[in-house]
Amino acid sequence: MSSLIKNIIRFALFILVQVFVLNQVPPLHHFVTPYIYFLFILWLPFKMGRRTVMVLALFLGFSLDCFTKTYGLHAASCVLIAYLRPFLINLLISQEGAESNYNEPSIKSMGFAPYFTYVAILTLIHHSFLFFLEALQSGGYFYFILKTLLSSAISLLLILLTELLFVRKQRFRTNTA
Amino acid sequence: MRNIFIFIRIYFNFLFFLFLMGLSLFMLFNYNRYHHTVYSAVTGEITGKINKRFNDVEYYFQLKRTNDSLVKANESLYNKLKQDLELPDTITKLSIDTLRIDTLLYQRKYLYLTAKVVGNSVSQTNNYLELHRGSRQGVIADLGVTDINNSVVGTVVDVSSDYSVVMSLLHRQSNISAKLKKTGETGSVIWDGLQPNIVLLKDISKEVKVSAGDTIITSGFSDKFPYGLLIGTVKEIENDRASSTYTIRLKTAANFYNLQYVYVINNLQKEEPQQLLKKVKKTNE
Repeated sequence: MSSLIKNIIRFALFILVQVFVLNQVPPLHHFVTPYIYFLFILWLPFKMGRRTVMVLALFLGFSLDCFTKTYGLHAASCVLIAYLRPFLINLLISQEGAESNYNEPSIKSMGFAPYFTYVAILTLIHHSFLFFLEALQSGGYFYFILKTLLSSAISLLLILLTELLFVRKQRFRTNTA
Repeated sequence: MRNIFIFIRIYFNFLFFLFLMGLSLFMLFNYNRYHHTVYSAVTGEITGKINKRFNDVEYYFQLKRTNDSLVKANESLYNKLKQDLELPDTITKLSIDTLRIDTLLYQRKYLYLTAKVVGNSVSQTNNYLELHRGSRQGVIADLGVTDINNSVVGTVVDVSSDYSVVMSLLHRQSNISAKLKKTGETGSVIWDGLQPNIVLLKDISKEVKVSAGDTIITSGFSDKFPYGLLIGTVKEIENDRASSTYTIRLKTAANFYNLQYVYVINNLQKEEPQQLLKKVKKTNE
């Protein structure tokens, strides 16, 4: 399957799962609102240009905003993590030439620990910015910090489950092939 | 000049990031203030269609509950019929207050429109409902919305041709004028963004005797809701020493977890008081 079609399907699936499953489930507690839709941005190919990633992130966030009627809220957080993504990848990639040998960030291409550091940091940034923007309207440091931490924890758990359930097949590519 | 171009080229990614971030923040703050934008009608139409598909399935699982609440609503309506009431003696007379115009016709003030809820959330800090009724069916912005038992749900904020968006009581900017049924003091109902189905009633003076279980109704001061619709019942009373008013936690009468049908209340006599108020404000300025 070509990378384009795969990513289009992923985009639609992530938005639908976020809107019709995660947002519909009665919350465990009002501090816990899990998000996994931004995994789409984290899974985009290494080779994709930064501006393309940022535009896609804006579009992804805006699509979710259309459903939750918070135009711009998720879009802003997605653009932020899309901008920070390449820095983290450059820092955390351990294997020599993994960017060219593999297509996209995953456990296989980056190694378990670096990949989860990458996911955890971006999840935390996404959530803290999202709830910071929410807290601007509602206020409360305590609320903001606790909500960020608890939601990030549950989101990370869900992301881990997603990674274990849907193993992405990564082909090792060489220059000769 | 050359240096500027070099600067732009070097930091183009960062500038592009700032541009996109600015765009999304502008959208966010703009929508929070006006609840209506150029694109919200189009996106509302699209998300409404997708939500409708999903709701067709979800609705099926809620049929039983919806049916039960409809039967209950019907029961309370039957109990209000005139033929159910009997006069104990001939001195007292059952009279119904009727607002008449100069002919024998009644003048209609509120018109109820039924609407299907296709999208609903309770877990966000600002919750909205999406209804399958729009400007083509006569919904306009700023109308009140109640659930099937006629208890308050929210206010219409944005309308597209077939769908409309309702700011539910569970919204940071929601503010509804309310009244204690027992003693008649008025206050306003807001939400603190914490628990769904729990809202706050502010501005009730400490001289008033309030106890848990008291009924809170709409005051009828705003043009959205008629007088006496149920908002909720008192759950607990917070006695803040620093202020002269109570903050009362209410359990909402409407259950926001499973709204399937709602009524949109159109106030047909909205314009006259509004114009009068405008005139008074103008002369006072």
